[in-house]
Amino acid sequence: MIPESYRPLTREQMAWRAAQDLKEGDYVNLGIGIPTLAASYVPSGREVIFHSENGILGMGPKPEPGKEDPYMVDAGKNKTTLVAGGCFVHHADAFLMIRGGHLDVSLLGAFEVSETGDLANWTTEDPAFPPGVGGAMDLAVGAKAIRVIMEHTSKKGEPRILKTCTYPLTAAGCVKRIYTNLAVIDVTPQGLSVIEMIPGMTLEKLQTLTEPNLHLASNWQALAPPEARAA
Amino acid sequence: MIDKRVKTTADAVAGVRDGSTVLVAGFGAVGVADNLLDALHEQGARELTIVANNSGNGDYGLARLINSGRVRKVICSYPRSGDYSAFLNAYRAKSLELELVPQGIISERMRCHAAGLGGFFSPVSAGTKLGEGKETREIDGRLHVFEKPLKGDVALIKANKADRWGNLTYIKSARNFNPVMAMAAELTVVEVDGMVELGELDPEAVVTPSIFVDRVVVVGAQA
Repeated sequence: MIPESYRPLTREQMAWRAAQDLKEGDYVNLGIGIPTLAASYVPSGREVIFHSENGILGMGPKPEPGKEDPYMVDAGKNKTTLVAGGCFVHHADAFLMIRGGHLDVSLLGAFEVSETGDLANWTTEDPAFPPGVGGAMDLAVGAKAIRVIMEHTSKKGEPRILKTCTYPLTAAGCVKRIYTNLAVIDVTPQGLSVIEMIPGMTLEKLQTLTEPNLHLASNWQALAPPEARAA
Repeated sequence: MIDKRVKTTADAVAGVRDGSTVLVAGFGAVGVADNLLDALHEQGARELTIVANNSGNGDYGLARLINSGRVRKVICSYPRSGDYSAFLNAYRAKSLELELVPQGIISERMRCHAAGLGGFFSPVSAGTKLGEGKETREIDGRLHVFEKPLKGDVALIKANKADRWGNLTYIKSARNFNPVMAMAAELTVVEVDGMVELGELDPEAVVTPSIFVDRVVVVGAQA
């Protein structure tokens, strides 16, 4: 087997890339999993306000060991903190912010995304366990920009960007940008547009790992987070 | 003199009938009225429909009610949280029914009842499995589904401080579902960490106004 000539991004590097697109003054909800990591990579000097579905506006970083507050948890029920200027709201208002177009960005994890931006991220229909939806369907309809961070392929190497999602949909046609460990892809009315690829990746290779047709944006760039540049 | 205080958690849940719909506030283990849930267990009401975000943990509070076979149905957004073995066992034994509702739709359906409205159209779940069977309408070119209001017979609320009228404050993210559930039930019962004199709560800081509250009981160190 020929060794791959590229090195996929780590979870942290994917989160770093997504964080670069968060703008000064953005109100942002980060989904559970890789999206949560993005909070650590907002460029310094840029003020971004994080929202948590359980009623926190102005969520801060993880608490230092020994400083955990039992009354401060994030959407994943992990301990968190409040930044200066942060406040609390009740659940109905927290979801009003989510659904009503008040958030600038909702950054979500996904099992699958389709070429038209359909999102599947709430159930794999495992019959052994009850389904759970949490805030996934609310988060997928309301923000001004809905973006996904996910591994480009499954553990078996099968595409997760598909013509049609195989898992039940969370919402149809909602995803506008996909950050993977190989590329950044925009969902456009003309189809999937690759705007960045990691060093060593080619459109031909990326296409073999993606079910729908890709096209390369004319102004595409290298996807090179800080730690990957030296590699 | 208005005084909504009751002496014990047993007094607080007295009269809850079999078949009641019980709104159980909290997010995970934060902001849950566990003392009231235990009192409800002692009280013995059966065939309950529970509305909560999650499905209880371990073998206390909501999980204990489930383990004792008191719960007929759970309406929640995410049963798979923490040690939810009580729910899982009952679910697999088909001894309770699960109605899965997106988190923001549960809270909004309760707010809708509290506001005296007959329901609302929402794009959440439109075109998905959870939207199947719901009335649909296209509004401004976007598919919406109709959601009915959700009413509780009883709400079990966890707050921080109360005065004798039942004005309430909360602590940080332990607020979560509490204010909206407090508004949406026929009988709203609150456990608090402590009472303060009338007038002592900053009127600008009251989160749940007394009009929504029926009974208050102090639990914990100050009880």
